[in-house]
Amino acid sequence: MKAVDARGLSCPQPVILTRRAIENGQFPIEVLVDTVTARENVRRMAEKAGCTVTMRAAGDDIALTISR
Amino acid sequence: MSQRLTRFFASRSGIILAGAIIGVIAPLLQKLGNPANMGICVACFERDIAGALGLHRAAVVQYIRPEIIGFVLGSMLAAYAFSEFRARAGSAPIVRFVLGMFAMIGALAFLGCPWRAALRLAAGDLNAILGLGGLAAGIAIGVQFLKNGYNLGRAPKTHTAAGWIMPLLMFSLLLLRIVAPVFAKDGPIFFSAGGPGSLHAPLVVALAAGLLIGFLAQRTRFCTMGAIRDVILMRDAHLLSGMGTLIVVAAIMNLILGQTRLGVAGQPVAHSSHVWNFAGMMLSGLAFALAGGCPGRQLFLAGEGDGDAAVFVVGMITGAAFSHNFALAGSPDKAVDGIATVGGLTPNGMGAVILGLVVCLLIGFTMRERTKEV
Repeated sequence: MKAVDARGLSCPQPVILTRRAIENGQFPIEVLVDTVTARENVRRMAEKAGCTVTMRAAGDDIALTISR
Repeated sequence: MSQRLTRFFASRSGIILAGAIIGVIAPLLQKLGNPANMGICVACFERDIAGALGLHRAAVVQYIRPEIIGFVLGSMLAAYAFSEFRARAGSAPIVRFVLGMFAMIGALAFLGCPWRAALRLAAGDLNAILGLGGLAAGIAIGVQFLKNGYNLGRAPKTHTAAGWIMPLLMFSLLLLRIVAPVFAKDGPIFFSAGGPGSLHAPLVVALAAGLLIGFLAQRTRFCTMGAIRDVILMRDAHLLSGMGTLIVVAAIMNLILGQTRLGVAGQPVAHSSHVWNFAGMMLSGLAFALAGGCPGRQLFLAGEGDGDAAVFVVGMITGAAFSHNFALAGSPDKAVDGIATVGGLTPNGMGAVILGLVVCLLIGFTMRERTKEV
């Protein structure tokens, strides 16, 4: 289990951090983001990389769980 | 319903639709009065706003452009309609201000932002190829910094009212445009009597176009810098498909409207000084990449509550003032007594572009941060 806290980071940092975690292969990865833009960008990148993504609300933020 | 719409706008079809709609609207705005190949130009229009406020006194480029106001307010409407308005601020604002200034100085050296570069190409102005090439080169440099840990840090959440400041400033500009007060003898608000600043589509049309584009761009995250960055950084052509569609659709619209003029020399509000077309946009591209968004995207982010994007916008407007006050902006090709002369940059302008590149490189090299991973 790998956690990536990408809250408050501007584009494209959330995607870069998540991609690094995917490349390191530490599944499942839980990514915390705080904007829908970051959520959609991370989701699109992870799905393109062949991962499965589930999303849930985490207070004011959004948690994405990425597994392969 | 809201979820389904969000999914659609985030999809490939959504971004292509946004590009197509912008590609239809921009040439129409030109037909309805905006300057040639300038249906939409974020840099030029912010420069005109700076002029209208008297921040610079270049008499031919002074007008409060409703499109810019619409971009911010349309984005804000979309953000509220889909519960995405989030006030945040505090990610290295002074750096973003400086990036905004140099992004504008670079854009005015080329005579247009990435949006206008795309529209110039769509109207047959081949100088835009060098501009877009420079843009891509600048973004490619920015991507190298991103890969090496360049990061301006986190923006914490802030008061909702703080996120309203840029939209309220834009609303104030709208009031100034409508009322057109004179604040001092021979003083602002200035509206150009001649030149590009005097050419504009009717207020209501321009504002409506801005609102629609702002709304669509907030939903789809349309970004002309991200379009190129994502291809270089991760071989992702999602955003590029939006920008590509914009160029193709605008080219078709220009043909239909008779606004196409293929060539290099003597293009409207453009110069054929190739090196500086390339270098100016390279500076802009690097600054946009370091700031995380093209000038349009910064307006849309400011509309959804991003105070740092708002600071970038203020930096751009300030950069426009410096650009004209210090004679840094490019001058267009013109015909004097029937003889065609190539425009371009003054030595000041060349120096400013080089200085901007040095400053942006320093920012890229020195502002790396290892993001704390929990």
